[in-house]
Amino acid sequence: MNVKHDALPISVSNISKTYGKVHALDDVSLEVRKGEFLTLLGPSGSGKTTLLMVLAGFTRPDCGSLKFGDREVIRTPPHLREVGMTFQSYALFPHMTVAGNVGYPLRLRKVPKLEITTRVEQALETVRLGGFGDRRIDQLSGGQRQRVAVARAIVFEPRILLMDEPLSALDKKLRDQMQIELRQLHEKLGMTTVYVTHDQREALTMSDRIAVVNHGRIMQLATPRDLYERPSNWFVADFIGESTFLRVRRDGDRVRYGEQALLHTVPAPDKADLLLMIRPERITLAPDGPRPGANNFAAVVTDMVYQGDSYLLHSRLGDGNMIALRGAVRGSSLSAMPSVGDHVTLSMTSEDTVLIDASEA
Amino acid sequence: MQAQRLNEAGLRTDDRLERLRLFGLSSPAILLIMIILVIPVGWLFYVSFVGANGQFSLENYERMISRKSYGRIFTTTFQISFLTTGLCILIGYPLAYFMSQMPTRIANICLIAVLLPFWTSLLVRTYAWLVLLQRRGLVNEWGMSLGLWDEPIAIVHNVTGTLIGMVHIMLPFLILPVYSAMRAISDDYMKAASNLGATPRTAFWTVFFPLTLPGLFAGSLMVFILCLGFFVTPAVLGGGKVIMVSMQIVSNIELFVNWGAASALGVVLLVLTMIVLWIASRFVNLEQMTGGGR
Repeated sequence: MNVKHDALPISVSNISKTYGKVHALDDVSLEVRKGEFLTLLGPSGSGKTTLLMVLAGFTRPDCGSLKFGDREVIRTPPHLREVGMTFQSYALFPHMTVAGNVGYPLRLRKVPKLEITTRVEQALETVRLGGFGDRRIDQLSGGQRQRVAVARAIVFEPRILLMDEPLSALDKKLRDQMQIELRQLHEKLGMTTVYVTHDQREALTMSDRIAVVNHGRIMQLATPRDLYERPSNWFVADFIGESTFLRVRRDGDRVRYGEQALLHTVPAPDKADLLLMIRPERITLAPDGPRPGANNFAAVVTDMVYQGDSYLLHSRLGDGNMIALRGAVRGSSLSAMPSVGDHVTLSMTSEDTVLIDASEA
Repeated sequence: MQAQRLNEAGLRTDDRLERLRLFGLSSPAILLIMIILVIPVGWLFYVSFVGANGQFSLENYERMISRKSYGRIFTTTFQISFLTTGLCILIGYPLAYFMSQMPTRIANICLIAVLLPFWTSLLVRTYAWLVLLQRRGLVNEWGMSLGLWDEPIAIVHNVTGTLIGMVHIMLPFLILPVYSAMRAISDDYMKAASNLGATPRTAFWTVFFPLTLPGLFAGSLMVFILCLGFFVTPAVLGGGKVIMVSMQIVSNIELFVNWGAASALGVVLLVLTMIVLWIASRFVNLEQMTGGGR
């Protein structure tokens, strides 16, 4: 289990799948690099799970091509695809012990008994469940089941690993811990991994790259950082994070909010109607008034929510638009927190000023 | 400092009242079971130990051991029950599997088709089989006109006819628990098996089938136990050639007016049934038979 196996790249080309009139997948193309941890992120019903099921071979698309390495597998039945997979429900066989479950793929491959025993134990140790082989599945906690499912998926050393919302049934603490563990496991084993989740923080935490999926299409494929900092369209900007948007207009080579010209370092899309994306944690209060070299907005505080680690401030601009601001709660800021009705100045640096095409919003 | 225990007595009273109310609700049922089950069975037990002279005697039981015919009756009963159960499994399991793989709507239609016979009188169904299977019945007429056989074949008033009728009557009792066990199997199990490298056939035998075993055991047990005491169908379709315990009980009363002998047979059948249940309960959760448990 300590050896890194040759990972395989995955190449998805022009895959479509319709259910009646619904496009579950709409001409999806995607390259997963070998050894990469790629996450399919999207709301429920976006097609992310359908895409994973196509990769595993459980859903037959209407058309398209799927290659693992150089091998075309679109018509290969699931049991010949040699990909590991974990299910949202874990799908651990209740009539087998932990070792029975983990050894199952090895028994199917006619691996000698003695070798099965060692490899099962190794796989269990990899997921830190050494010595759990004799347990029944119903004796395990949710987190332990998750690990057994992972052990079963990796024990036959597949070169591709698919994970369908593996952590969604766990409570938050355990989920955070498992995210790191799965990530470490990936670094150790180096399998090409396709991970499905609807949890954006999970996706941002774990992935090399994230494909945001909506309406059966990939809206943006980028590193977590690019996705968050430079969303390429409104859907991604809105889905990731909790932004508020202001309608702005292009005026020659400047972008204006009302009469106010906006400073921005990132080039704006070449469209007339644009949206200014404001992430609540990227805009700050400017107690000393408008800051030079930044975009400043005068606003009135309409709501103030204390959330422990931070506060969330809702404010209204002169024209009625709303902006949310998140501020850290620490030391002096605790006493200096504004209250409802206060007039404040909000300030955002030109680096944090991101403009998005408004046509699809 | 002593913690205050507010309303402790009142809350405990509420608790007790709730339990009393529950008992009150179930008392009619308990009473009914006492009257129609416990007392008659006790009386049955008592009568079986009364001899022809009205005194306590074991003669009713001694007769069962000494006479060969009784041994044969018990053997027949168990043989027929075994065969019926086996045939029900062979026919019912694939049918339940088929139903479980259908979309819910179609499966429900199939389920109604399976249950439909339940809503018809047992006697009517049995006589219907008689009509179909008799010497000049539909089956023989068609078989001969299609040239499958030349002479009318004997498929009723014998073991064959009895089995056909009993399997038909018993089939729903097997299909229902098996079907519900199959429906409860998550599709993910089969996907996982397949993903791990199992061909559809291997996945069936290593994952699906083992998971249906509790349901299959429960259904088979149900059928077997019902068969042990079955009367109408073997009486009508067996034509007097297939004598099961229940039929001997009837003839003891109607022909020989020997309540003691009949009661003793009843007691033995009851005890045998309980032994079967007891053995089975060591392998399978009996709640499955009533659709409870999992």
